[in-house]
Amino acid sequence: MARDYERREVVAKLAQLPCSALLLSVCGPLPALLEAAQADGDQTQEDDAEHYYGMGIQIDKCIGCGRCVEACKAENDVPREPKYFRTWVERYVIHSDGEVSVDSPEGGIKGFSPLAEEAGEVLRAFFVPKLCNQCDNPPCVQVCPVGATFKTDDGVVLVDSDYCIGCRYCIQACPYGARYLDPRTKTADKCTFCYHRITKGLLPACVEVCPTEARVFGELESAASPLRRLMRMSELQVLKPSLNTKPKVYYSKLDGEVR
Amino acid sequence: MHVHLLLSMQDRITGFVYPNELEHHWGLLIVLYPYITGLVAGAFILASLEKVFRVKEVEPTYRLALLTALAFLLAAPLPLLAHLSHPERSFEIFLTPQFKSAMAMFGFVYAWYLMLVLLLEIWFEYRADVVRWSEKERGLRKYLHWVISLGSRDLSPEAVEFDRKAVYTITLIGIPSAFLLHGYVGFIFGSIKANPWWSSVLMPIVFLFSAIVSGISLVLILYYITTLVRRKPLDMACLDKLAAFLLYALILDLSLEVLDFIHRLYESEESIEILSELVFSKLFISLTIVQILIGSIGPLVLLAWTRFSRLPAELKRVIYFIAALLVQVGIFSTRWNVVIGGQLFSKSLRGLTVLASDGDVPP
Repeated sequence: MARDYERREVVAKLAQLPCSALLLSVCGPLPALLEAAQADGDQTQEDDAEHYYGMGIQIDKCIGCGRCVEACKAENDVPREPKYFRTWVERYVIHSDGEVSVDSPEGGIKGFSPLAEEAGEVLRAFFVPKLCNQCDNPPCVQVCPVGATFKTDDGVVLVDSDYCIGCRYCIQACPYGARYLDPRTKTADKCTFCYHRITKGLLPACVEVCPTEARVFGELESAASPLRRLMRMSELQVLKPSLNTKPKVYYSKLDGEVR
Repeated sequence: MHVHLLLSMQDRITGFVYPNELEHHWGLLIVLYPYITGLVAGAFILASLEKVFRVKEVEPTYRLALLTALAFLLAAPLPLLAHLSHPERSFEIFLTPQFKSAMAMFGFVYAWYLMLVLLLEIWFEYRADVVRWSEKERGLRKYLHWVISLGSRDLSPEAVEFDRKAVYTITLIGIPSAFLLHGYVGFIFGSIKANPWWSSVLMPIVFLFSAIVSGISLVLILYYITTLVRRKPLDMACLDKLAAFLLYALILDLSLEVLDFIHRLYESEESIEILSELVFSKLFISLTIVQILIGSIGPLVLLAWTRFSRLPAELKRVIYFIAALLVQVGIFSTRWNVVIGGQLFSKSLRGLTVLASDGDVPP
């Protein structure tokens, strides 16, 4: 999708060329103009190797409003039924007696109803936004029999829906429940960090709409990025570290009860 | 989709499951796949007993075992193919395999086993007979057998001796291949670290021994039925030997399962609570009752009884038959408990879910 858009843009620019050339041919040298247009076209070409994306999630900032879930469904045309999610929000309630209850009604898309418990009964409670962890050692990529799911150079795990045979081995292999089978294409699907947006320099939809900036997206390897700043300032953890999937979604203030 | 179905499903879920886990992905078809390949591997290993280990008593079942293996091997990929959402792209597994994927190796293991082991062995085993038939018979059968003989006409003692040697050699290669075929199916499940019910180094070995159990019992059942249908006398020495091997294989298989069980219980990892809950609730009937009591302990007791008491042959063979049938029920539920059981708990280890669909429910 992203590629098509870029191509269209370049073609449009090239089409403008003859007209501009006609106008400016008296005062400007055509070869230089051509070169400039070419360079302009190149700027929109994303170079995978120059980026390495990740996400930071600040648990203490999430208010469980579910706007990220809604934005994700709208932006990525995710089926509305409450069993297909690229991102969702879980609510953890740790009771005074140590009992832990977790819920995520419809993925938290409509937010959460107030807790029924009395104030004294709850030890602590918090929300945990979840999404594909874009693992650096992704078990889903390992098991795909045809290589339809793969890791890009900029660190995002994607699915080629024209290639996926629908065996669902990747869904079984994902420890985080981040994958589903799209009922329309009958192929595996998951969060792409909004690849069509980030390759244009935009933020993923969930990050864009988050009212509390609980989600921080950016470059993992560039010192000036907001994500890098978060990584410097807070203690970070990843989900299920014992499985050695090497997630690139980092959580601050992550509770030990979160799985 | 059917929102009320989803809602009623949610009522039957205990604890918390990830939202995407409300849909199941591997159903009955994937249960059938390890069941069928297990029968193939088991039947072949039984056939090899006669050729390589010179167990003369089971000779009457040799060809039957080979043909059983072939028939089930031809059927083995069908449930897999039917389960794919895009079966028209299945050839990509052969053309552009992703070599790190256990599943991608299926094509190669399967092709190796079918072409180089089973078909070749069966051809050498039947070659002399096929040549004779094509000489004697008339009409279509003559032509068919001539085609199957691939133009071979030599019936000299040297040629027949060569066939024998070829069969022996192929069987030697075939035994590790059969181990590979079914051990590999176990690896497909055992290597999924995301799923604590599957992830076990013992999985390929447990699969292998349960395959041997299922193969022997299937050939016993087929031998029993086909002999009765053809109104031929049952070879009691052969049945006794089959039953003895079935008993040994059952003991090994059950021991491995118990080892796996004790190991998990003793290590008591993070997943132990949810898995215990699973075993004692959703899987209680299919695991404890059907797989262990009816499918393992039951035939074990029956077979041991025939071995340690003097029963008339007529009664013994009926007991063998019943034991073999029970074993088939048990092995099928073993496959069910692995494939379905592995999807009945959440990977959040916080809840149990219900079997909803094969993932094929249209929106």
